Amino acid sequence: MSWITPIPTARCHGADEPTRTVVSNLPYEDQRPRNQPNRRYAGNAVKTNKYTLWSFLPINLCEQFRRLANIYFVGIAALNFIPEVNAFQPQVALIPICVILTLTAIKDAWEDFRRYQSDRELNGTPCLVYSRSQHGFVERRWKDIQVGDFVQVLANDIIPADILLLHASDPNGVCHMETANLDGETNLKQRRVVSSFCAVKSPFDPLSFNATVICEKPNNNLNHFKGFLEKDQIKIGFGIESLLLRGCTVRNTAAASGIVVYAGHDTKSMLNNNRPRYKRSRVESKMNKEVLCCVFLLFCMCLIGAVGDVPIYFIPDSDGNETPSVVAGVYRFLTMIILLQVIIPISLYLSIELVKMGQVFFITQDIDLYDKEKDMRMQCRALNITEDLGQIQYVFSDKTGTLTENKMVFRRCTIMGTEYPHTENGESGKWNGVELAWKPSVSARRHTGMLWCIKHGLLLSHSLEVIPDQNLLWSVKEVERRGVAGHWGLQGATHLEFFLALAICNTVVVSTETAQRQRVRDPVQSTLYDIPTSSSSVVSEDEVQGTPCKGHTRRRQTWTASSLAGPKEVHYEAQSPDEAALVHAAKAYGFTLLERTPSHVSVRLPSGTTLTYEVLDVLTFDSVRSRMSIIVRHPHTKEIILYTKGADSGIMERLQNSFEDRSQMKSESRVIANKTQKHLDMYANDGLRTLCFTRKVVSEKNYYDWLVLRQGAMAAIDRKDELVRKTAADMETNLTLLGATGIEDRLQENVPETIQALREAGIQVCVLTGDKLETAVNIAYSCKLLDQQDLVFTFNTENTVQIQLSFPQLLHSVHGCRGIHCNPVFSSTCPATAQALVGLVIDGRTLGLLLDSDLQEGFVQLCTHCRAILCCRTTPLQKSRVVTLLRSKLGVMTLAIGDGANDVNMIQAADVGVGISGQEGMQAVMASDFAISRFKHLKKLLLVHGHWCYNRLANMIIYFFYKNVAYVNLLFWYQFFCGFSGTAMIDYWFMIFFNLFFTSAPPIMFGIMDREVSAAVLLQLPELYRRGQHEGGYRRSTFWIAIADAFYQSLVCFFVPYWTYKGSDIDIFTLGTPMNTASLFTIIFHLAIEIKSWTVVHWVIMVGSVVVYFVVTLAFCAMCVSCNPPSDPYWTMQEQMSDPMFYLVCILTTVVALLPRLRFPLADRYISQFLSKPSEMSCLPRLGELVALVSLGETYFQNTFVFRRFKLLTK
Amino acid sequence: MKAGPSRTNRPDNTAFTQQRLPAWQPILSAGIVIPGFTLIGLAFIGVGVALFVTSQKITDLEIDYTGVAATSPCFKCTSFAAENCMCQMEFTLTTLFEGPVFFYYGLTSYYQNFRTYGVSKDGYQLSGDTYYFNNPQDSCAPYQYDSNNNPIVPCGSIANSMFSDTFQLYQVVNGMKKQVPLDGKGIAWWTDYNIKYSNPALVNGSFANAFSGTVKPVNWSKPVYELDPTDQANNGFLNQNFLVWMRQAALPKFQKLYGRIAEGDYAQGLPAGNYTLLINYSYPVISFGGTKKVVLSNVSWMGGKNQFLGIAYLVIGSLCIVMAMVMLIIYAKYKFTDDDEDM
Repeated sequence: MSWITPIPTARCHGADEPTRTVVSNLPYEDQRPRNQPNRRYAGNAVKTNKYTLWSFLPINLCEQFRRLANIYFVGIAALNFIPEVNAFQPQVALIPICVILTLTAIKDAWEDFRRYQSDRELNGTPCLVYSRSQHGFVERRWKDIQVGDFVQVLANDIIPADILLLHASDPNGVCHMETANLDGETNLKQRRVVSSFCAVKSPFDPLSFNATVICEKPNNNLNHFKGFLEKDQIKIGFGIESLLLRGCTVRNTAAASGIVVYAGHDTKSMLNNNRPRYKRSRVESKMNKEVLCCVFLLFCMCLIGAVGDVPIYFIPDSDGNETPSVVAGVYRFLTMIILLQVIIPISLYLSIELVKMGQVFFITQDIDLYDKEKDMRMQCRALNITEDLGQIQYVFSDKTGTLTENKMVFRRCTIMGTEYPHTENGESGKWNGVELAWKPSVSARRHTGMLWCIKHGLLLSHSLEVIPDQNLLWSVKEVERRGVAGHWGLQGATHLEFFLALAICNTVVVSTETAQRQRVRDPVQSTLYDIPTSSSSVVSEDEVQGTPCKGHTRRRQTWTASSLAGPKEVHYEAQSPDEAALVHAAKAYGFTLLERTPSHVSVRLPSGTTLTYEVLDVLTFDSVRSRMSIIVRHPHTKEIILYTKGADSGIMERLQNSFEDRSQMKSESRVIANKTQKHLDMYANDGLRTLCFTRKVVSEKNYYDWLVLRQGAMAAIDRKDELVRKTAADMETNLTLLGATGIEDRLQENVPETIQALREAGIQVCVLTGDKLETAVNIAYSCKLLDQQDLVFTFNTENTVQIQLSFPQLLHSVHGCRGIHCNPVFSSTCPATAQALVGLVIDGRTLGLLLDSDLQEGFVQLCTHCRAILCCRTTPLQKSRVVTLLRSKLGVMTLAIGDGANDVNMIQAADVGVGISGQEGMQAVMASDFAISRFKHLKKLLLVHGHWCYNRLANMIIYFFYKNVAYVNLLFWYQFFCGFSGTAMIDYWFMIFFNLFFTSAPPIMFGIMDREVSAAVLLQLPELYRRGQHEGGYRRSTFWIAIADAFYQSLVCFFVPYWTYKGSDIDIFTLGTPMNTASLFTIIFHLAIEIKSWTVVHWVIMVGSVVVYFVVTLAFCAMCVSCNPPSDPYWTMQEQMSDPMFYLVCILTTVVALLPRLRFPLADRYISQFLSKPSEMSCLPRLGELVALVSLGETYFQNTFVFRRFKLLTK
Repeated sequence: MKAGPSRTNRPDNTAFTQQRLPAWQPILSAGIVIPGFTLIGLAFIGVGVALFVTSQKITDLEIDYTGVAATSPCFKCTSFAAENCMCQMEFTLTTLFEGPVFFYYGLTSYYQNFRTYGVSKDGYQLSGDTYYFNNPQDSCAPYQYDSNNNPIVPCGSIANSMFSDTFQLYQVVNGMKKQVPLDGKGIAWWTDYNIKYSNPALVNGSFANAFSGTVKPVNWSKPVYELDPTDQANNGFLNQNFLVWMRQAALPKFQKLYGRIAEGDYAQGLPAGNYTLLINYSYPVISFGGTKKVVLSNVSWMGGKNQFLGIAYLVIGSLCIVMAMVMLIIYAKYKFTDDDEDM
């Protein structure tokens, strides 16, 4: 508010000082750059591209060679240049690595070019910078801005750098900022001019600015900033509320000016600009081990080649001498590595990337995961863990906004110990819930304040629907009638004070018709919303909400007109839905919040008079205090009043416990507190969210004493948060309880079904919530997380010893007889039957003990035996620690799902983080790997897409290994007949083509599109998901079976042609042609057997691959007389194709090679038929359905079924 | 609501994007598999019988003349001292050897497919490019230049090791030797003769002059332009035997075509009787444990004699039939118990 005497702080100057000092550039405008005071700070030009035209090649190559695979490949190619060991023509051997490097380089270059373009566009954006010579703001480019410049941003312009706000066109010094570009939140953020500049004359004159700005070093915390202005030994603090962030848009404010403190890469938005997350999926890390197996295999094969020695005649080395046998062996070993290198599937990594891209495409395209209401698709933010979705074992879920709508409806309240049930309200709420389904889609791209209201149209209509409780309404009117506004007697005033607290004690911003956010670029909207009268406004809303609620709207319209009697419809923009619900509730009783500025807040009373309070301070909400307060001065009595609202845990202990001499008051307040607590418990049991409201009158002296401390805390740089929190807590003592509210947060649609399905899929669902225990348990029952028949253990103690003692007993009872005993420590519900399952409910305090002490083991063990785990009153940190603990101790695949900033830790700790784009902004989504808009989408995401992606990828990888081994072994067998010399009977070009053209597309398509089981069946039978959890698709055994199969097939593909042509006059490449062709057919038909459903795409690619093989081979054989001398496959294909033997050999080879593959599925079928005898059906739940589906033709089930059968039998 | 088509994020509801493309799911039910296996089995057995019968009809005659055994007429030629050694093998045909008869020479344990051996040639030289006559490629080393640093044409190991034995076949008619003409024309691949290999242009009207400045391969007795003294056109790189040799055999045991017997009295084949094979023995194989032989064979549509393919087809065909039978039995046995619920 004013300059305060400085607190001497030790500041060190120098390069590593912890702060940044900024002074105005204007005095130095004409001087040379080296005299500029702020020259050391980064300019505003951004450069996100990594390469320049010249540095591209070296840098890009360097980056590519960080991949081990590429080094391996290049090493092999380099080996080829050594004449003693080369297997192929050295130049040709370079082709594969060059192709891979080039493709990657092109991809990188394209991405970088896109970045360069966007940078250039951004850097060239015009902006207004103050110039001393021209005495005004002149147009410059973004890149010209320096730290210390004065910049003016006009309405709807994007802020070019992080600017300390010194002036705003608004007389109150307020500027609104939309941060959608930064965090996706659509509500406006209020920014305030640094306090000393609040009242300075308009227009702003930067020349007179002579203070020094001292602030913290650039960091990426978007919600935190601190520093002070220093002028003549006087300091004034400022915080994040005075900083305009680069990338945000100024709204509702004609112009805002300030000094640039961070520019370019130092700005908070740039520091937050992270690259996409890279997570390694479990299948991939497992696959890497299999790659090592391949290396081992390669080593063995090369060793055989090295020791295999045949007396050779006529072939001395180039000097005409014999090479010593040991050296010759080493040479042979290296040659064999070159020849057989393909056994390590280098192209696999590229293919996996392509497959995942395809999978992500299909997931995001799924129309079932599309949310009409928000116009949002499923987003995949992490591109490389799609298959992890198919292996989830534990789901950790937030409650509010994830399981529930987070659309708050005011339900009940208690004032001074009297409960007002609002019975009618409850019914209307239900009726409204039905209406929800009718809401037409509204584009979420329109980030306007109006939109908030529309998006939360339900909330709006609900809140308007708050039908006042008749008794309460009557008593409010009665009290008000008794006194003039503001001069009520203390006794009856609590009702009024309660509603005033509801209306005032929040951070809701009011935007009326005139104060709408203008959007110049969107004329449709402005015409739609800038309609002056309330009736048309309602009609326009009606249009937005669609026709089904016409009658309903009309009713509302009349009600609005009569009750409000105001010409303007007000719109509230709240950061939390709770606050919006409360403000709307207050409005329903006639206490209408009319305006809120940093300095004052206006409320219209039911009588029509308007009270304008001066706002002295706002003690904002934080999760440690779990309450917020506002300090206002009453316009008439001039009393300083503190209104506090918060969770009962944060309030009840801070109520005044003595009314000094008035002992009856003391007892009365205690009675009220007790009654209120009772009501709160009741609300919580009903699953309502509770908030307590208190009031306190502060004496002038106390206030000013406190204010000094407060401002000291605000100006602090070190430990500022802690100090601020402490001062806030100092003020919030001796509160007088006014009452409490119960707000309902309805369950999202299909939540019980989803949880049920996840559970059937073998997924453990844990709910971690910050809510009260009773509320959480209630929600847990209603969403079928807990069943009435479950045995529920509740941990609600802080006594470590007690827990320690009870653990073994507990574990025993869980293990043994499913807990018939009820332990005195825990309030436990005895099970109705012995079959009942165990649920675990843990309070935050107990959870802290369990996580910290040596109770961890027992806790983890207990968790594995529980059907449901519910943790209440958890902090964000505890949430993530629970996830980390279970993930590391049990080695399970975890998924965390949440919607709010408090879930970010948990989302990041889990293997797979899912964000719900809900009412609480986008932080959760930003931190997540996958973003969905409803909890129910999780079902399809996991059960269908997860299952598909996992199976597809697992099959694809296995197939890839198989394919390479099968093909490379052909060459290996030939070594036994060419003296282990490294001769290939297939031309090297064909080998490259084989991997590049002939057999690459089918597995990739297979990995993207194969569908073992239809989506409908997967949704119907969640049990099928278990296959992925136990790595049914991708196990070591599967890998080795595939390798064994590859060995068998390659033997067949080699020896059938060998025996056919043995002893004849066939030449090398003519022998290689049928081998190559048979191998191609085998590999393609092998895949054809693996493919479970054939679509047009499958046919085109499979048939296309074979056609391409013949076309390319024929063309190559016809055109290349000596393409890569001395190898000459010229005309071999033609020669072979004119020989009937060729076809006979190919057919025989393919059939013999595939016979085992063909037999296996058949055997499975008969085994499954054999096993599915009715007598054994009782063991397996839902076996009947399985059998029914088998008859529908889902061959897959038999495999699954056999798998499960065997598991059962082996147990 | 906005009028007109509003742009939304809604994904396209097409069969492709929603993964609902009409799909065919192959179900290997008994009704398909059993007839399928039977059909495949029958077809294979048919092909197998045809192949087997054809192969049986082919006659071939192998005459090993390596001369390892002391009793062998060619034993005398195996010592290193023997220069221009001639030996004579005799054989008797009891029935007509049906024509056309192909005359092969065969080698064993001979790795023409050895990598360093296989690359030891100069394709440009062989295509008649005279630049490479004087500058043979490095791949030919150590048969690139001779000890006097003269370029070798044709260079490289393959050419150097060209098979040098020559054969003459006589029928003994009434004690008189009647030469059986061996037609050595057209035994190489058409593409080798016409496209890949070509002789250098004549210099001053002389073929030999085109090779001036070069020397013959170390092991050769005569230069490449004098390979066939009987036929001037069959010289140089287009010599048929040279072309046949240059096409490397795929396996260490191989045979190469030497000539056809399709002319005059022998157009129908070799009549029954006694024959004498006169061999100009010069190619050493004993040192690496190889053998040499001459093969007389007639051919069919499936090439030379080969029992393997026919037998393999028969075996696999029978296997399919057996499997079909087994499946039929299982099917019949369980059909009435399980298929009630299954189908």
